[in-house]
Amino acid sequence: MYNFDYSRPKSVADAVKAIAGDGDAKLVAGGMTLIPTLKQRLAKPSVLIDLGGIAELKGVKRDGNAVVIGAMTKHIDVANSSEVKSAIPALADLASHIGDPAVRNRGTIGGSISNNDPAADYPSAVVALNATITTTKRKIAADDFFKSLFETALGADEIVTSVSFPIPEKAAYMKFPNPASRYAIVGVFVAKTGGNVRVAVTGAGPGAFRWKEAEAALAKSWNPDALKALAVKPDGLNSDIHASSEYRAHLIGVMARRAVAKAG
Amino acid sequence: MPSVTLTVNGKKATAEVENRTLLVQLLREQLGLTGTHVGCDTSQCGACVVHVDGNSVKSCTLLAVQAEGANVLTIEGLANGSELHPMQAAFREHHGLQCGFCTPGMVMSAVDLAHKNKNPTEHDIREWLEGNICRCTGYHNIVKAIKAGAEAMAGAR
Ligand SMILES: Cc1cc2nc3c(=O)[nH]c(=O)nc-3n(C[C@H](O)[C@H](O)[C@H](O)COP(=O)(O)OP(=O)(O)OC[C@H]3O[C@@H](n4cnc5c(N)ncnc54)[C@H](O)[C@@H]3O)c2cc1C
Ligand code: FES
Ligand code: FES
Repeated sequence: MYNFDYSRPKSVADAVKAIAGDGDAKLVAGGMTLIPTLKQRLAKPSVLIDLGGIAELKGVKRDGNAVVIGAMTKHIDVANSSEVKSAIPALADLASHIGDPAVRNRGTIGGSISNNDPAADYPSAVVALNATITTTKRKIAADDFFKSLFETALGADEIVTSVSFPIPEKAAYMKFPNPASRYAIVGVFVAKTGGNVRVAVTGAGPGAFRWKEAEAALAKSWNPDALKALAVKPDGLNSDIHASSEYRAHLIGVMARRAVAKAG
Repeated sequence: MPSVTLTVNGKKATAEVENRTLLVQLLREQLGLTGTHVGCDTSQCGACVVHVDGNSVKSCTLLAVQAEGANVLTIEGLANGSELHPMQAAFREHHGLQCGFCTPGMVMSAVDLAHKNKNPTEHDIREWLEGNICRCTGYHNIVKAIKAGAEAMAGAR
């Protein structure tokens, strides 16, 4: 690991000051992705700005018809939150299956979505629940946030402060995990809010994406069988040592049907 | 050089570190607590698990400076003098180790589980061990040991 300066601001305002004007500064949240990256010398930040000391970025609150989760809220705290469990149990369930206990004790929602690993779990929930990401500069709709492999709409000096999830009528997440890391080989998040259905797939492409044919079919009939006739084309899907694109295409259908069944 | 002050196994410790020093390096190389192992150094194996403020974390994936002011518990802090902690005793009784390399991390993860789930099922234990890899035992006796250790901990309370 190259050495770096380190700062631990106490407020978002101080963090914004610390990152402004230094193109080589880097934020660290749970460090579960960034520290391994630094060890491989894939990044050489001038300064690490640790968001861990900022109380205003932590916690879950109900805001009208939405659940708002602070960027520095750890996976374990989302999994255990009574607010999340009662309003969006599918989201608590997703958080409780990220990695392993030690990863959940450090990793954060803000770090996960900012990193946008194509196999991460949270992006599927953000897209399927049509969440809004609040940053130090603006609000970003889920559909505009995730750009591509490890790429988001965030500017270099922009900090995610919270994610607001509208409460759905029904929702569920099913993933086919990599047996070693628990990252999604394919994960599908389905959500129904009023007449509106959204289906988001993670693990299979360069980032979470919506399966619009499934959304249309489920809007007509919210039933796993409504997806039976649909086939996903493997073209453009990920293919690696864990699974071929054909296998991933097949898994999308299977996970989506199981998710609808689970949502009830 | 930055300095960190933290509590390790109940005792205050202060050390000069680099910003890039990992918690596990501070523990092993500067404080001489070599019970915490480094198996992979890539955040996957769990040999380096310690408790930070009561929760299990991978000490190879936390900077020492991030542990400023924290309360750290390592495998060396579990036993009461020469009397093994109930989880350590259960690992010995049930042959929960062979080479022993993964054991400090296994025991620290297990103690965290037993604190949070008084009566874990075999399924709970196997899920909890997702981040702890053992290349020797096949896990069977580790799971048995954790079940017995958790029962002993609940009984001792
Ligand atoms: C062994 C292992 C298994 C894992 N398994 C899974 C899994 O099954 N599913 C899954 O989804 N994930 C998994 N992860 C990833 C984990 O969930 C972390 O959440 C994820 O690595 C990033 O979160 P973090 O808080 O650790 O961020 P960090 O590593 O601290 O940061 C990641 C990136 O985001 C940036 N960043 C952080 N916070 C902000 C912010 N508020 N605003 C703007 N940018 C920010 C950082 O600068 C950095 O570039 C696993 C990780 C490990 C080590
Ligand atoms: S050495 Fe830390 S997880 Fe393997
Ligand atoms: S006992 Fe040898 S690695 Fe677990």
